[in-house]
Amino acid sequence: MTSNIEAPLRRAEREPERTVVPPVVVVENLSKTYASGFHALKNIDLEIRRGEIFALLGPNGAGKTTLISIICGLVNASEGRVLADGFDIVSDYREARSRIGLVPQELTNEAFETVWATVSFSRGLFGKPPDPEHIERVLKSLTLWDKRNNKLITLSGGMKRRVLIAKALSHEPKILFLDEPTAGVDVELRREMWEVVRRLRDSGVTIILTTHYIEEAEEMADRIGVINHGEIILVEEKRELMRKLGSKQLTLHLRHPLETVPERLAGYRLELAAGGKELIYHYDANLVGDHDEGGDEASGIAALLSDLDAAGIRFKDLHTKQSSLEEIFVSLVRERR
Amino acid sequence: MNLYAVRAIYTFEMARAWRTLLQSVVSPVISTSLYFVVFGAAIGTRIAEIEGVSYGAFLVPGLIMLMLLTQSVSNASFGIFFPKFTGTIYELLSAPVSYFEIVVGYVGAAATKSLVLGLIILATAGFFVPLSVAHPFWMLLFLVLTAVTFSLLGFIIGIWADGFEKLQLVPLLVITPLTFLGGSFYSIDMLPPFWQAVTLFNPVLYLVSGFRWSFYGISDVSVGASLFMILLFLGICLAVVSWIFKTGYRLKP
Repeated sequence: MTSNIEAPLRRAEREPERTVVPPVVVVENLSKTYASGFHALKNIDLEIRRGEIFALLGPNGAGKTTLISIICGLVNASEGRVLADGFDIVSDYREARSRIGLVPQELTNEAFETVWATVSFSRGLFGKPPDPEHIERVLKSLTLWDKRNNKLITLSGGMKRRVLIAKALSHEPKILFLDEPTAGVDVELRREMWEVVRRLRDSGVTIILTTHYIEEAEEMADRIGVINHGEIILVEEKRELMRKLGSKQLTLHLRHPLETVPERLAGYRLELAAGGKELIYHYDANLVGDHDEGGDEASGIAALLSDLDAAGIRFKDLHTKQSSLEEIFVSLVRERR
Repeated sequence: MNLYAVRAIYTFEMARAWRTLLQSVVSPVISTSLYFVVFGAAIGTRIAEIEGVSYGAFLVPGLIMLMLLTQSVSNASFGIFFPKFTGTIYELLSAPVSYFEIVVGYVGAAATKSLVLGLIILATAGFFVPLSVAHPFWMLLFLVLTAVTFSLLGFIIGIWADGFEKLQLVPLLVITPLTFLGGSFYSIDMLPPFWQAVTLFNPVLYLVSGFRWSFYGISDVSVGASLFMILLFLGICLAVVSWIFKTGYRLKP
């Protein structure tokens, strides 16, 4: 069992390691203006850490796909530069691209090819000698092995998505871009995909994913970047982001309905709901810490409960709710409008 | 050089031809055989020899050239248009391959297919007419240069086309008329002087003429002019392809 002293020491030992490892992707002052005049990206600066799962969130048209497309070589940047594993994506494109795998948003495939042929083709295209054992491992890890001789046209949408992932992994990339990886995939398959992505991360692959499903980012990401109108609004550790921006609410189901909030409770951010049967208390999740640190004191829950008791207000049930990443995301995007 | 990538593209394209064997090989052979039956056997018997060569035999180089041009253009244009159409081109653009390697893969495969087809048609022609090849080396050289040049043209058309209509437009409206009017079925000596002069502006005339010379030693224009024209056309196509990749025209926004 780890003692309380050992844990911080181990953390301290790890900290310097994390700081010296250079980022695996560096985006500097990147801008893109399309021929139509649309300014898709505006001076983006971004660093992706080695071995993390980074989720890029943003509404439609925010610039997520343009950013990924530039890094992967599908779109030319107007300004700025990108380094992938230390290699410039333009001047050192061979080195940079051989380290990158891309799973596009659209289910594009050669309909009449077999799974095996199309995945083997991808490996060759990325300059790797044939390695049937590796292709077999990839197909098995994505439960595609039984389908290896099937033509792509005969596969379901979820299977086609897996084939795209298999193609992207065929050349053993260090960095994997997943553009909306679970779009149109049912819940069960989505969870399986998350498991696949986690396994990849555990094997040392850095994952950058864009998603519309906030739940996906909340479930998987280590860090989150929010992009809107071509600008990175923030980049933050997911836990930190939820801690900083998440608000909590405590709902008390009262025994007897109230018409108004009593005068002596005016100091708290309280509101009545459900015809006075519910008393809702809003407080900042930021202030909630460990009990030992007096977090509940700071949030005022204990004081509120004591004051309620003193005021003779009884409740039969209570529950708390923390704002989800989705709510945080919506409020961030709204703020910037 | 990313030879694995060139090999991957080349074998992938060749596999497509193998998968669609019927339309890739059988249909051009059948249509060429029909040309022999109609022009060679039915009409040809009523046409006198041309510079000592029977009309049926005279037709062979022109017909091979006709198929070579149309098949090179159609193979190469479809080869690069299809990934654009389905969206799989993303993989090509994100791969560590140079533009040169992409062109070698696609154009090499398209040219190989039309070369094989040309040789099959040559063998088929042997069933209909007595054949002789006076200059085999030059015959092969013209065959290879034409296949490569027109595969490059097809590649350019495939990049330029943004729909299936455009993909068919150039072969139907440009290549086929130029081939028919370029001396595939006749010697330009058989035309009135005015049309002889007009025909000299048709680049296909030079290809057919040079190719026919390699068979029978007879030509409408000098062999040097034929070689110059095909090399000029090859140079133009290479310049256009290089411009396409430099600018990302119709490939990269």
